[in-house]
Amino acid sequence: MSSTSPSLMRADRSRALLVRRQLSDRLATGFGWVAMAVVVWMLGSILWTLLRNGLPGLSVHLFTRSMAPPGQDGGLANAIVGDILQTGLGVLLGAPAGLLTGIFLAEYGANNKLARMVRFVSDMLLSAPSILIGLFIYMIMVAPVGHFSGFSGSVALAILAMPIVVRTTEDMLRLVPVSMREAGIALGAPKWRVILFICLRAVRGGVMTGILLAVARVAGETAPLLFTSLGNSEWSLDMSRPMASLPVAIYQYAGSAYQDWMQQAWSGALLVTFGVLIINIVVRVGTRGGRA
Amino acid sequence: MNTGVQATGSTQASLSGSQESGQAAVRSGAEAVGVAQVATLPMSEHDEQLARPAAMEVRGLNFYYGTSHALHDISIRFPERSVTGMIGPSGCGKSTLLRVLNRMYDLYPGQRATGEVLFDNQNILAPGVNLNVLRSRVGMVFQKPTPFPMSIYDNIAFGIRLHERVSRSEMDGRVEDSLRRVALWSEVQNRLHSSATALSGGQQQRLCIARTIAVRPEVILLDEPTSALDPVSTARIEELLDELKGEFTIAIVTHNMQQAARCADQVAFFYMGRLVEVDSTPRMFTAPREKQTQDYITGRFG
Amino acid sequence: MDIPARQNVPASPDQAVSARKVRRTADPAFRLLVTITGVAVLVVLGAIIAVMVNGGWHAFATFGPAFLISDAWNPVTQHFGAAAPVFGTVVSSALALLLAVPLAFGTAFWLTALAPPKVASVIGMAVQLLAAVPSIIFGMWGFFVVVPIIAHYVQPFLHHTFGHVPVLSVLVAGAPFGTGLLTAGFILAVMITPSITAVMRDVFASMPAVLRESGYGLGATRWEVMRHVVLPWSREGLVGGIVLGMGRAMGETMAVTFVIGDSNHIGWSLFAPANTIASLIALEFPESPAGSLKLASLLALGAILMAISFVTLWFSRWLLARGESTGRRV
Repeated sequence: MSSTSPSLMRADRSRALLVRRQLSDRLATGFGWVAMAVVVWMLGSILWTLLRNGLPGLSVHLFTRSMAPPGQDGGLANAIVGDILQTGLGVLLGAPAGLLTGIFLAEYGANNKLARMVRFVSDMLLSAPSILIGLFIYMIMVAPVGHFSGFSGSVALAILAMPIVVRTTEDMLRLVPVSMREAGIALGAPKWRVILFICLRAVRGGVMTGILLAVARVAGETAPLLFTSLGNSEWSLDMSRPMASLPVAIYQYAGSAYQDWMQQAWSGALLVTFGVLIINIVVRVGTRGGRA
Repeated sequence: MNTGVQATGSTQASLSGSQESGQAAVRSGAEAVGVAQVATLPMSEHDEQLARPAAMEVRGLNFYYGTSHALHDISIRFPERSVTGMIGPSGCGKSTLLRVLNRMYDLYPGQRATGEVLFDNQNILAPGVNLNVLRSRVGMVFQKPTPFPMSIYDNIAFGIRLHERVSRSEMDGRVEDSLRRVALWSEVQNRLHSSATALSGGQQQRLCIARTIAVRPEVILLDEPTSALDPVSTARIEELLDELKGEFTIAIVTHNMQQAARCADQVAFFYMGRLVEVDSTPRMFTAPREKQTQDYITGRFG
Repeated sequence: MDIPARQNVPASPDQAVSARKVRRTADPAFRLLVTITGVAVLVVLGAIIAVMVNGGWHAFATFGPAFLISDAWNPVTQHFGAAAPVFGTVVSSALALLLAVPLAFGTAFWLTALAPPKVASVIGMAVQLLAAVPSIIFGMWGFFVVVPIIAHYVQPFLHHTFGHVPVLSVLVAGAPFGTGLLTAGFILAVMITPSITAVMRDVFASMPAVLRESGYGLGATRWEVMRHVVLPWSREGLVGGIVLGMGRAMGETMAVTFVIGDSNHIGWSLFAPANTIASLIALEFPESPAGSLKLASLLALGAILMAISFVTLWFSRWLLARGESTGRRV
């Protein structure tokens, strides 16, 4: 921290100019601190609100009972399980597709036109409004069969999960040194083997990071499920029928006027948020600050 | 001006001489690099310059990167309007010392210095020293040319504007003067307002020197300023140093012993964080007191 | 790794031939597999666009170009137009940027120039976590925490202060519900600040340290180095990051749905309830039976939103790529 005391000041230099410069530096510094504090405050406020409103509702019933009409002491068990099922299936569908596309981009698409297009479109999907994905799946998977289903929700989530995996897989594979590839090829291994068993294995930590981040991203998604799995207040493991999910249940309950539903919405929000944040923390601490 | 031209001429002569015989001379032992030429210069010239009062004086300096002790009890004078060459193997602490002299290390937490560095009768390591003012008086040129992403003109005007209020026409004059002094004016006068990043490496480095002297510092620190340049650009920078020392106190870190021999009035040899020896250039290269110095300048290690 | 390699070592000439055969077919097959997957990504996006445009065609055909400029949204008379939700989308995103850009810039400045590295990594992590919070949580937080603050403090204060100033009075008019464009803009700002900060921080950090040091070496202050050295160096990257944030804001659904107020009128008050394309789709979809003109209108809006976010992303990619290539030249 430099001080304003103009020690070392030379006679031919303007003291007023120095004071002004340092004042603007102080102002900018102050602004930086304030901005940082505001951002931290926002995160703090969100977490605090969730803890304060959500903790009182955490009970065994929340995890063991299904959703029920107001006043009947229901839980969120079916929504939690539905969320896990849809997220799980979504990532199970999306991750392999993302992995293969990432391999295509990193290993076979050095700089050709097709690869550039795929890369751009994948980025496009990464930031496409998620509600449009829901609308799309509704049009092709729900409207034709005439009813909502957990499976269509999973497909919507898969489309959201895939580009995240594409991005991390490609980035990670590009980090594999050429020498490692050459060593594999020198052993006589075919290219696909080198990619799958040497390159991919070398960066499996990074690829896992991408998959976990995809899980974290889609587990909290609401918009794409509104028109696909719709939500279901009954206990159901049948993916061909409407299926509950935590975010949709929260959306439904938070907009209600019932005290106990509100309470469950907050507790559900607490669960979703901390679940997602814990995955993020584990991933980021695990990769030592690497920003995947 | 006259002496400047003469000095330039002599450097050029010595340069061409040493380039022919340089490598062989290093290997041939005691008859070290370019020493023949340097030694022919009157000894008194160096000694007279070194006898001047110190522009900067380091006393009992210790430096730490976190817990690692990088500089041990360094004491050295930088006499006014002279060139001090700092040599030594990589990691010996010479660049670290340079970064203490304008307190560049302050940018990085965990780095700290103890001891004294006297400049203008003040210890610049003391708290409360204004670093913006200090750095306007102790300029620095880096290993890689670092033009700012702006026009050639603005690269030079930037530093001036920081410290002085000058009129438009005065600024034009200052920019031209600075560019002339680094012999860049004729090359860029028609494209002052185009991007500085389009210049060649050697031109960029001269621009960076012009940028530094435009602020009118008293001391200029150069951190291996020619290591990224080709031999021709290197020679031009070396000529430049010879001219600049008429006005500025110069400290130059270099890996190139011939460069130290050609440019410096005194040479300091660093090894493992210690200042092994400092002496006038001819004595350093003909009769070093320490065996380590001799081993280094004769190319036995490093 | 040894095991697959050893499997490839032929024990007899016969096996060698079959191994080579497998290799000859396996490699192209694998290549084909990954290429097909890559192409499938294109197909998915193409299908999304096709479905939106095709589904929305009914609306485009019924209302013609007037669909784009009509602010009607009347299920009773079956009149629908895109103007009101497009207006809401643009204004709420613009407000979000107005708030988020300075905040993100200040935070990125703090992270790269002011903070001790250890603290910076912790705060940097907090910023990343904020980006990971599910959007519905922002909606709840906005509705239950931010809306009351705006209704009870911000709007009365602004109304009191600017209520009698011409022009400004229009901006602060309306009943103090706390929901509306400004609240939506604020929540969106909170959501996009982390991602803009992350891009800015990366761009700042990618500048060579020695360039920064050159600035300090001339005696510049931290702010002067930021303003005159770092900013010009990273201009394109910054704009790219900002546009990326804008794309996020325009497509966001859940956070906005909670606080936008659900009204299809174009009003100039910051506190007027409104709708964005995404919130309108979320709110109106349940009452839009398959095959109805309303659903077609929603799909047409979806196509418009898709087009907007496509252009935005393309623009930001272009800027970021240009920023990178300028960076390499330095």
